[in-house]
Amino acid sequence: MKFSENWLRTFADIPLSSRELADLLTFGGIEIEGMAAAAPAFDQVVVGEVLSVEKHPHADRLNVCQVNIGAGAGSPPLTIVCGAPNVRAGMRVPAALAGATLPSMQIKVATVRGVTSSGMLCSARELGLSDAADGLLELPSDSVIGASVREALDLDDCIFDSKPTPNRGDCLSLRGMAREVAALAGIALRPVPVAAVTAGHDGEPSITLQAPQACPLYCGRLIRGVDVRAPTPQWMVRRLARSGVRAISAVVDVTNYVMLELGQPLHAFDASRIEGGIRVRFAQAAEKLELLNGETRELDASYLVIADERKALALGGIMGGACSAVGNDTRDILLEAAYFDPAVIAGKSRLLGFGSDAAYRFERGVNFAGAQEAIERATRLLLDICGGIPGPVATAVAQAHLPRRACITLRLDRIERVLGVAVDPAIVTGIFARLGFEPEQTHGSLLLTPPPYRFDIAIEEDLIEEVARVYGYSRIPASRPVVTATALPAPERQRSVSTLRRMLVARDYQEVVTYSFVDRAWEADFCANTSPITLANPIASQMAVMRSSLIGGLVGAVAYNLHHKQTRVRVFESGRCFLPGRAGGVYDQPRRIAAAACGEAAPDQWGIRPARTVDFYDVKADLEALFHPGALRFEAAPHPAFHPGKSARVWQAERAIGWMGEVHPRWLQKYGLHLVPVLFEVALDAAVACPLPEFEAVSKFPPVWRDLALVFDEAVPFQSIRDEVFAKKPEAVADFWVFDMYRGPGVENGKKSLAFRMLVQDTQKTMTDAEVDSAVSEIIKILQNRFNAKLR
Amino acid sequence: MHDLDALVKDALAVFEQAVDANALEQVKARYLGKSGLLTEQLKALGKLPAMERPVMGARINAAKVALETALEARREHIRERRLDAALREDALDVSLPGRGIGMGGLHPVSRTLERVEQIFHSLGFEVADGPEIETDFYNFTALNQPENHPARSMHDTFYLEGGHHLLRTHTSPIQVRYMQTHQPPLRIIAPGRVYRVDSDATHSPMFHQVEGLWIDERISFADLKGTVTEFFRLFFERGDLQVRFRPSFFPFTEPSAEIDMSFGDGWLEVGGCGMVHPQVLKNVNIDSQRCQGFAFGMGLDRLTMLRYGVNDLRLFFENDLRFLRQFR
Repeated sequence: MKFSENWLRTFADIPLSSRELADLLTFGGIEIEGMAAAAPAFDQVVVGEVLSVEKHPHADRLNVCQVNIGAGAGSPPLTIVCGAPNVRAGMRVPAALAGATLPSMQIKVATVRGVTSSGMLCSARELGLSDAADGLLELPSDSVIGASVREALDLDDCIFDSKPTPNRGDCLSLRGMAREVAALAGIALRPVPVAAVTAGHDGEPSITLQAPQACPLYCGRLIRGVDVRAPTPQWMVRRLARSGVRAISAVVDVTNYVMLELGQPLHAFDASRIEGGIRVRFAQAAEKLELLNGETRELDASYLVIADERKALALGGIMGGACSAVGNDTRDILLEAAYFDPAVIAGKSRLLGFGSDAAYRFERGVNFAGAQEAIERATRLLLDICGGIPGPVATAVAQAHLPRRACITLRLDRIERVLGVAVDPAIVTGIFARLGFEPEQTHGSLLLTPPPYRFDIAIEEDLIEEVARVYGYSRIPASRPVVTATALPAPERQRSVSTLRRMLVARDYQEVVTYSFVDRAWEADFCANTSPITLANPIASQMAVMRSSLIGGLVGAVAYNLHHKQTRVRVFESGRCFLPGRAGGVYDQPRRIAAAACGEAAPDQWGIRPARTVDFYDVKADLEALFHPGALRFEAAPHPAFHPGKSARVWQAERAIGWMGEVHPRWLQKYGLHLVPVLFEVALDAAVACPLPEFEAVSKFPPVWRDLALVFDEAVPFQSIRDEVFAKKPEAVADFWVFDMYRGPGVENGKKSLAFRMLVQDTQKTMTDAEVDSAVSEIIKILQNRFNAKLR
Repeated sequence: MHDLDALVKDALAVFEQAVDANALEQVKARYLGKSGLLTEQLKALGKLPAMERPVMGARINAAKVALETALEARREHIRERRLDAALREDALDVSLPGRGIGMGGLHPVSRTLERVEQIFHSLGFEVADGPEIETDFYNFTALNQPENHPARSMHDTFYLEGGHHLLRTHTSPIQVRYMQTHQPPLRIIAPGRVYRVDSDATHSPMFHQVEGLWIDERISFADLKGTVTEFFRLFFERGDLQVRFRPSFFPFTEPSAEIDMSFGDGWLEVGGCGMVHPQVLKNVNIDSQRCQGFAFGMGLDRLTMLRYGVNDLRLFFENDLRFLRQFR
């Protein structure tokens, strides 16, 4: 909420500078987000009266004016040359004297085409008050001639921009703000003068509270014979403007003014449009109402309306209706001040798509004891400005539904326990007295009843917060908790996610963070997911669905970098993916880790020519390293993201933990990839698990290595060869691995030659050549029997 | 007699001139070969009178030892020279770069996360985790933000179609879930991704938060100030860093505070904190008369920006390698 500092200072004598006042509020919990001077600096500009205007003898567009600046008897008026089109005798305008400094110029005595000009008559733009250049700034005809324009227009003012938190609706008014200042600074508050106006007629509106739980209090007053065209006084226009409220017409301006002053939103109806008595009720289903902002809304029973016997007149607590609005021809008005339950107003702005100053206040809570005062204050101002004859105030109230203010006990020792500092009970009592709680002391406690304008005090902790903020957070010491030292667990069968990240970093992968919401096309292309989890309110269409895989994001990151002339991209990401749960309604949100690599296998460097492009097996090694020493199994299986012949499901023991493969050529083209990324994506919890090392005696006997080459059908996967060997091998064969694969001359088409090396070793004795030979032949036999392999 | 001395002297001079093993063996033959000069002297010994033989024999032998010693020394010298030459030929340009794979790097926000985790780990905090698609209950209601509470408008929330779920707007739901399943004393941090409908140079629809929670019997606001201040000083490695606490409002803490910090020139808002609201404790069945404590939250992305001087939040999610590699 913006407000004028000078206006605030009318509520109390505040012995603080602007800066100090702003800090007082900010460190008392009402943040002052901004401070701006109401006008730029200038001096020696006074109210001048134009006495006469004559054509300049040598210039068509200039006039020579005699200007009275109130210098007193004996001093002649000033001669000032003026080019403004709106200058006329009798008007009062700002006159900058010779020697004046304006925001963008210095004023000197000057000769203008032969006529000496002793100053300048100013427009609002020249004084830095507005951007519009529409002639001289005309001052009110009662402005004191010769007075400083800064004083006449109250320009030595500062506009504060405050941002009360949502719990502090009581600070959305000048008086509320002043109350805070008084409590925080320990100074007295000056009361706003509000006296009841004597009724001049006895026309009393009939008011029926048909929804007393939503509106337990409604005050109305009929004022007859109002001159709605009367101009709003300048001081009021100015205060409204400095609160960011545009002046509209006197009646509307007065209701806005009182809302800003006291915090009570008011509404004025054209009384001639009201048919019968006022009914405050919930809207009927599909009831329509055209609002003041021109929108017509279809309502439902959650909206409260102010209605007459036939129709809805206004959206209660939110906005008036068009049909009952005060217009140029209005004579009689009905002034409304009511209390609406915050729960009825809250959330409606979001549903409607627009808010209002009234709704903003009602949903945060408005003083339920303040309606009467506000209506009297507004009446007084209206009578002063627009005239008219007021009737009595009609008040409908449902006491049972007004908010209650229960007495809350504050245990004094609790303050120290929560805040960690002992606050003198006398200080505590003083704080609450200043905040309007009327504290009552009992043994070791205070009994406190929150005032009717506070909606944020319900429990003891709320009171402790009041003590803390008024006492000052900065006066609470910073301490270190004293606790029993307990060590945190350090499980060895798990690697931290941080360790996994660093393992991939050590294998030359750069970590990326991609959005959890992705393009619908990514889900369709890379996951064959045509019914992804969809956001109701995405920020952009390419961020509309939740990812069910990390693959899309990585492909996106690769494409982005290739597009930016990178030739070798290796990236990884860890994060959650989002899947519809197995049991309806609950989402499965597994954490995964995934990587993508494309370009050369090694960074560009000397001595490893020819350079080689990264392939499936390079990335497979990276994936295996992540699980080392645990073993993975890879099974050929199709995946929508991958080349069907270069795609594998990854198994850890009996669990399928993810996929790896080369991006499908179709997607290379669609996503503008000129290099082929190889990816893996696996469950993070699978990678986190790692086995505890187990000791085994080292053999004392010499190892023997034997090599062996056999020819297999192309279709036989290495994994099944390895599985067969390890299932059936003699104990002496301690290890067995492939060290070469060959296709070509000497091996018939559709076959491949695999060369194996095995480690033969006995733990009990040195083996003879015959024993080693027999172990090797056993391996050959296993492979011949199962795969029909032929020795080369 | 005189001849023998001259012979030895000549031989030593000739050996010195031999530049390689071949040349040396040839000159050796000239003196010690079958018909070498010294060999000839030995052969001539038999012709001498018996009385002179022992003296002469001893002298010839001495000459032979001298030659052989010189020969061996020369051989060693030649071998050394050859090795030196060979080693010189093998010498590397040690300034050429090393070969092999390169090094990747962590995302800058992960770097920050790791440091935050380390610092809080040293203060006895465990790390907790939770889902990112949340229910209204865990994201708002359990945190004392009933439906239509004006505080909800502080968070612009992403909802899923169907309306029953949302993307968490803070990591506080993790704290709720943790408190539901653990009893005090509790000391955790909860880092993770959070989502809000917002996008410009200082806001991203997805960003990272870390929240902390410490609940025990007497954990006070003063302890909150001490713990948070210590964290910021450790994180920025600046003992002179100033931290201040400004009254604020969060539905789930009471009293609440904004955290500002300063390196000495102006204040920066870096987080929010407060004493956990008794209603939040009640919602998870913790006795608020017996237990109390604090919670705090801050943006990991913002900490990262301040730590490394990054000026645009969006860079963290663009994944441009030229940016990311700066944080290796």
